[in-house]
Amino acid sequence: MGGSILDKKNGGSAKRADGNILEMRGISKNFTGVKALSDVNFQVKKGEIHFLVGENGAGKSTLMKVLSGVYPYGTYEGDIVYEGTVQQFGKISDSVKTGIAIIYQELALFPDLSVYENIFAGNEVKRGGVIDWNETIIQAREMLRKVKLNVNPETLIRDLGVGKQQLVEIAKALSKDVKLLILDEPTAALNENDSENLLELLRELKNQGITCIMISHKLKEVIAIADKATVLRDGRTICTLDGSKGEITEAAIIKNMVGRDIEDIYPKRPDKRIGETILEVKNWTAYDSELGRNIVKNVDLHVNKGEIVGIAGLMGSGRTEFALSVFGNPRNYKLDGELFVDGRKRNFKHTSDAIKAGIAYVTEDRKGDGLFLIQDIKSNVSAANLKGIAPGGVINDNEEVKVANDYKSSMAIKAPSVEQIVGNLSGGNQQKVSLGKWLFVGPELLILDEPTRGIDVGAKFEIYTIMNKLINQGMSIIMISSELGEVLGMSDRIYVMAEGRIKGEIAAEHADQEKIMQLATQ
Amino acid sequence: MNFFTEAKTMLKQNIRDYGMYIALFVIMLTFTIMTNGLFISSRNISNLLDATGYIAVLAVGMTLVIVIRHIDLSVGFAAGFMGAIAAIMLSQLGVPVYLTIPIILVLGIVIGMFNGVLVASVGIPAFVSSLAAMLIFRGALLQVTEKTGTIIVRDKAFNALGNGYLPSIGEVGGLSLLSLIIGALVILYFVYAEISKRRNKIKYKFEVPSNQIFALKLVFVSIIIAYVTWILAGYNGFSWTVVITLIVVAIYHFLTTKTVLGRHIYAVGSNPEAAHLTGINVKKITYIVFGSMGMLSALSGILYTARLQSATTTAGTLFELDAIAAAYVGGVSAAGGVGKVTGSIIGAVVMASLSSGMNLLGVGISYQYMIRGAVLALAVIFDVITRKKRG
Repeated sequence: MGGSILDKKNGGSAKRADGNILEMRGISKNFTGVKALSDVNFQVKKGEIHFLVGENGAGKSTLMKVLSGVYPYGTYEGDIVYEGTVQQFGKISDSVKTGIAIIYQELALFPDLSVYENIFAGNEVKRGGVIDWNETIIQAREMLRKVKLNVNPETLIRDLGVGKQQLVEIAKALSKDVKLLILDEPTAALNENDSENLLELLRELKNQGITCIMISHKLKEVIAIADKATVLRDGRTICTLDGSKGEITEAAIIKNMVGRDIEDIYPKRPDKRIGETILEVKNWTAYDSELGRNIVKNVDLHVNKGEIVGIAGLMGSGRTEFALSVFGNPRNYKLDGELFVDGRKRNFKHTSDAIKAGIAYVTEDRKGDGLFLIQDIKSNVSAANLKGIAPGGVINDNEEVKVANDYKSSMAIKAPSVEQIVGNLSGGNQQKVSLGKWLFVGPELLILDEPTRGIDVGAKFEIYTIMNKLINQGMSIIMISSELGEVLGMSDRIYVMAEGRIKGEIAAEHADQEKIMQLATQ
Repeated sequence: MNFFTEAKTMLKQNIRDYGMYIALFVIMLTFTIMTNGLFISSRNISNLLDATGYIAVLAVGMTLVIVIRHIDLSVGFAAGFMGAIAAIMLSQLGVPVYLTIPIILVLGIVIGMFNGVLVASVGIPAFVSSLAAMLIFRGALLQVTEKTGTIIVRDKAFNALGNGYLPSIGEVGGLSLLSLIIGALVILYFVYAEISKRRNKIKYKFEVPSNQIFALKLVFVSIIIAYVTWILAGYNGFSWTVVITLIVVAIYHFLTTKTVLGRHIYAVGSNPEAAHLTGINVKKITYIVFGSMGMLSALSGILYTARLQSATTTAGTLFELDAIAAAYVGGVSAAGGVGKVTGSIIGAVVMASLSSGMNLLGVGISYQYMIRGAVLALAVIFDVITRKKRG
C-alpha cells in the first residue's frame, strides 16, 4: 500500500509538469496465449485531439478497453496514470467517475426511448430518489445545444439518423462532465457531411478543454484535425507523430501502420477490355411501402463487361436500395421500369432468381446481413452455391473443405483453418469470406456495397487487387462506395446518386472529388 | 502427437458435443448403483425407451423449429388431437390401419404448414400463433372425445406401434435373435461408414485422427451399440417404438447434416437476412420446418395413442414442454442456428432417465419436477459457458 501511495505522489508531480492528462506505461495484455498488447506506451496531453491508428487487430480497441476498465485492473500489466494518479479501474463505472467516456462504433443507445431519456440513462436527474423529468429535459436541451444538435429532446432515437445519434452519444458523455472522450471509429458509419460536423464539434470541445482520443481508419480526418497520432502495429507502439511539427502525413501514417511503403493505394489495371452491356436498367423506380415514398427514382444505368462502375453518393441517397431492388428485391419494394441482363428483360421474384441470372451482391453490412457469423468459414463460402459441393443433393464435406481452402489461400484469408468461426475473424478477413462466398457462385456481375468499410489499409489493397483480378477474368463490378478516393481510384465510370436519382455519369478520367460532391449534394 | 495428448485435445475441442453423452452416462451409472442394478435391467431400459418415443420424435421436430428461431407450443395437443382422430378412424369409422396412419401424417403436415403460414407469411410471432393453435387443438380434442370420453382402440397392428416388439425369429440364450442380428448389422454399417469416410478424407489429403484414436472410436461406439442391443434383446428385443424413433432420427440426422435443405435450415437460423440475400427462400424453409413439426406431432400422437391403446381427453398435455426441454438439454441454442437432432434425442433420454430412476428410488413427484428443472437449467448453463469459452 505504502508503495502505491508513493507512486501516486511521484506520478502526480511529474505529470503536472509535462501537461499529460493520460499516460499509459508498459501496457501488456494477453488473451489465452495471444499477445494483444505488448509494452504499449501512450501519452496524451490535456486538451489535444489524439488519434490512435493502426491496422485491424493492431490493438487499438483493446488498449481503449484497458483504459476504460472493460478489462479490469489486474488483467493487464503496466500502469495507467490519469490526471497524475495511478488508476486501478475495476469496472467501467470507475473510469466514468473520473471523467473518462468511451463511445463505441456500435452505438449504445435505446432506440425506443427519447433523446433526453437516453442522454441521462444511468445518470438520472433525481430529486429525493424520484426522477425529475422537467429538469431532465431542461438539462438535455443544454447538452444538445453544446453538441449543436437541433432536435426536440422528446424525439425517439430510432427516428434520428446515425449522424445525429452519434451526437446524442456525445451529449450523453458531456452530461457526465467528461474530461477525456474516447471515440472508436465515430465516422465509419457517417456520410461526409455528418463527418464534417462531428469533426467540427470535436475541435470546439477541444477549445473547451476536453481531451479526445479517436480511433479511425480514415486518414484524411487524421490529417485534418489530429494534434498527435500514435501508430500501433501488432500490439506495439510504433511511433507518435506530432501534427505541429508537420509529421502527420498520409505517407508517414501508412508506412508506420503497415511497416512498408505502399506505392499506390489503388492497384493499376493496365489492359482494360470493355465488352458489351451486361446489365441495363431503364426508368427504374422503387417504392418503399413502409416509408411511403419512392426511394429509387427513374434510374437509367448500364454496366459493361469488364468494367468497374462506381456509384457514389451520400448515405441515404438510395444506392443500397437500388442494388437490392435489382438483386431480386428482398425488401419487397414496388418496382417499375425495365431490367435487362445480357440483353434479356428480367423480372426477378426472389434473390435466388438474380443469383441464377449471374448477379451477386456483397452487402454493405457484412455482420448484419452478409455472413453467418456463428458458422465456420467453409459453411459461409459454400452457402450460396451448395449445389457446387452437393452432387445429387447430398453434401460432400471433403469437397467443401477443399473449395474453402482454395479461397482461403487464393485470397489470403488469415485463419488457422476453414473450420474457424467467421465471427472471430477480423473485418478484412470477414470481407474476404463474403467475397469468396460469391466468387464460388461464379457470377457475371458482382455488386459490392461499401466493400472496404471498416477495413485496414493493407486489407483494402488486397480487396482492390482481387477486384482487378476478377475484372481481368471477364467479370463486371458495380462498386457502391462513400469513399471518394476509392471511387475515383478504382472505377472506369462513375454514377453519382442523390435522393434516389442518378444525378450524373462521369468517365473516370474526367472525374474529381469536387465534381462528385457537387452532384451528390445537388 | 502422443496418443493421450491427441485424445485429450479431441475431448477438449468437442466437450460441448460430448458433454451430453457424459452427463447421460453419469446419470445412468448413478441410478444403476443407487438401485443395485435395477435401473440398467433390460426390462427397465426397454420401458424407459418406449416411454420416451413419443417425446423424442417431437424433440426432433422441435430442434429444427428452435434452430430457425421459432417455437411451437401447439405440438402437445396437436398430437393428442390427431391421436384421437386416428382412434376415431380406426374404432368408429372402420378405416384400416394402413390408410389411417398416412392420412394422419398428412393431416399433421397440413396443420403444421398452417402454423408456418401464420409465422412466415402473416408475420405473427411463433410463440403467439402456436399458443393460439394449442388452445384450438385442446378444444378440438375435447370436442371429438366429448361424447364418448376415452376412445378404446382395438386394432392390434396399430397398438403394436406403442406396445409391440419386433417379431421373434428365435432366441439365443434368452436373447431375441432378430434384435441381435439388427444390432450386428448396425455395428457393421457404422464401421463401414466410418472407414469409407476416413478413406475419402485421406484421398483429399486432409488430416485425420491417428490410427489408434480412430480404432478406439470404432471399438468404443461398437461396444455401446452392442451393449444397448444386448440389454434390449434380453427383454423382448427392439420395440416398434424404438425402431420408429431410430428411423426418424436417422432420417433427420441425414437431412440436417448432409443435404442442401439441412444447410439452408441452419443458415436461416443463424442469420435470416443473410440467408435471404444468399438466395435462400426463408419462407419456404419456415413452411417446411413447421410442416415437419406437424408431421412429427401426428407421429407422436399415433405412438401415444397406440401405447395407451386408447385416445383420452387429456392426451398430449405438456408434451410440448417436455420436447422443448429435451431440445435445450440436448444443446439447442435459443439464439438460433445451433443444435443437433442427435443431441435432442440424448436430451430426451436424459430427461426420461431422470424420471425413471427417481421413480425406482421412490422420489416424490414434487422433488422430481424440481430436480428435472434444475437439470434443465444446468444443461443450459453448461452450454452458455462452453460457448463463451470457444467464442
